[in-house]
Amino acid sequence: MAQIKNRLTPFFENITFDREDNELVLNFGPQHPSAHGQLRLMLHLQQEQIVKAHPDVGYLHRGMEKMAENMIYNEFMPTTDRMDYIASSSNNYGFALAVERLIGLEVPRRAKVIRMMLLEINRLMSHLFWLATTALDIGAMTVFLYAFREREYLMDIIEGYCGARLTHAAIRIGGVPLDIQDDFLHQLRSFLNKLPQNIKDYEDLLDSNRIWLMRMEEVGTVSTEMALSWGCTGPMLRASGVAWDLRKEEPYELYDEVEFNVPWSDKGDNFARYRIYMEEMRESAKILYQTIEMYERCVKDGQTDLMAHAPKYISAPKLDIMTQNYSLMQHFVLVTQGMRPPVGEVYVATESPKGELGFFINSQGGPYPYRLKLRAPSFWHTGILTDLLPGHYIPDVVSIIGTTNIVFGEVDR
Amino acid sequence: MRAYTPKDNVQAKAYYTDRFYVSPQVPRHDVSSDEVFAADLETISSKFTVNESYIEVGQMVVYINASDIYGVLELVRDELSYTQLTEMSAIDWLAKDNTFEIFYQMLSMTKRKRIRIKYSIQNGQAVDSVNKLFRSADWSEREMFDMFGIEANNHPFMKRILMPYDWQGHPLLKTYPLQGDEFAAWYEVDKIYGKEARDIIGPEIRDTANIDRYDSERFARLGFEQPKGTKITGDEEPTVQTYQEDGGVFLITKFDKDASKIVDDPQR
Repeated sequence: MAQIKNRLTPFFENITFDREDNELVLNFGPQHPSAHGQLRLMLHLQQEQIVKAHPDVGYLHRGMEKMAENMIYNEFMPTTDRMDYIASSSNNYGFALAVERLIGLEVPRRAKVIRMMLLEINRLMSHLFWLATTALDIGAMTVFLYAFREREYLMDIIEGYCGARLTHAAIRIGGVPLDIQDDFLHQLRSFLNKLPQNIKDYEDLLDSNRIWLMRMEEVGTVSTEMALSWGCTGPMLRASGVAWDLRKEEPYELYDEVEFNVPWSDKGDNFARYRIYMEEMRESAKILYQTIEMYERCVKDGQTDLMAHAPKYISAPKLDIMTQNYSLMQHFVLVTQGMRPPVGEVYVATESPKGELGFFINSQGGPYPYRLKLRAPSFWHTGILTDLLPGHYIPDVVSIIGTTNIVFGEVDR
Repeated sequence: MRAYTPKDNVQAKAYYTDRFYVSPQVPRHDVSSDEVFAADLETISSKFTVNESYIEVGQMVVYINASDIYGVLELVRDELSYTQLTEMSAIDWLAKDNTFEIFYQMLSMTKRKRIRIKYSIQNGQAVDSVNKLFRSADWSEREMFDMFGIEANNHPFMKRILMPYDWQGHPLLKTYPLQGDEFAAWYEVDKIYGKEARDIIGPEIRDTANIDRYDSERFARLGFEQPKGTKITGDEEPTVQTYQEDGGVFLITKFDKDASKIVDDPQR
């Protein structure tokens, strides 16, 4: 086919000078290696100082809420993977929990333990990824390589469980599809035994590093009022003086049975956020040790159920489907037509690695949700850049975007 | 006669529903069953009209009048310690009674409670922006405008946020098809190449399962393979496929379909 001439004029200059007041408008992105995705920032500059920032998002908009309205509930599960693709099991979990609350399902204990393991592994993966990329943006290549190495071990463990490295779809509405594999606990334990030393290695490289401190301390300070007003959650909020962790405050699964601390700081700057990510990794490791014990206790007590028993909504175990006629019929209806949750509305929030991940579902009793709203934390962590960036300098933009830990699959959905 | 498909809601619908199926309702509890919520409701209803209120899945839902929203949110923030606007958006009820339902999801960190404040507006009516109370509403209201076309009064920058600025239509309306409309199909062609290139390029194919059986450039037809670029007429002979290398391979002689014997005795 012949080439058709296009109308895109060559746009080689990223800067406009046509202002009279010395103000310069700089387009940061949408393709910028340190923007962690398709973020376009229109920055108004006086010299190197930002006087006005205007984040522009939507370059990764896939219309997930629209897709959800046209899919049965189970069909939507793999789509949630593509929100925060750094920690996809936490999205799966948020959606599964929302539907379970809507139906009023109770998940078997063994499934709960496996879910908690997956969630905390995902949190570690996400935080390691955050550390790696942010350190790379600041210029610390070594930390990037170290953190990616550790993340690779975790991805191997996850791959052993569900077969995927990034888009796990490892959680089902009503439980988990599989029991953990034979060497899962062994691999996890040997990883956790090494983790404290690894975290210490990162800290040795960064904590007293002069460049790191200059780029992080007193940069990007978010006050408590600002964080609350902008709807910040997760590490962004905890770094700004509010010790609020949904795992502690509104416990789901078995988080009320495990012991862990909620690290927080009242500094609000980049460095406080960095410290919180590091401490949270230690807390996740602590939780994981406890879940291993809980799992072993489940095995000892003979709790083998992995999916909730609710024939109206959840397919029976494979053995029943293969041997009992009625289970097979139920399964066929649930796969072809989908479950029909009761009429009602639910908003369920979980603590994803980035912050509060919420699912609002309005069900009208049909197999498709009437309205599904995805509340992604990164959306507001990007919005806050409007108020956060003015007053800072160009190099600070990179480190601030880094510590807000935004993922564009989640911002644009 | 062709089955009638309603135009006011073009989303996927259940293709079969039992005649006698009655869907259950998520249990709703009276607000007085929770003392924290009861006190909150008391404060709200002493100053504003509360049309309906109940507790659903552990969260209080309060229906108010559309004009009261700024005052109510100010009240719950300052006096009832609901310091965070977690989420806000709309639900499309245009097909039912030509209204939108707007919800505001509030969180109190000191009480560890969540409430949802809701109201209805007519189609075309604007809402009051709460951007001055909660900065998070800045982006939420823009998203709501983008997705539903509901404008917010007194908003500093009422522009689209996720879709391009020059987009037409609001994607989350029930009247908007999943694959996009006519405008969506031509948007990129018009923008990049100009309207005059429409005939050459054709509309954007937004159906991911689309197959063009007359296009031999990009699609192969199993059993009817033709060389790339061949003009497909539709009356091609089936391609005979043989899976045997010339001269045979180790232990297998040349496979001949006609010489082979089909065993049709199940008891063999």
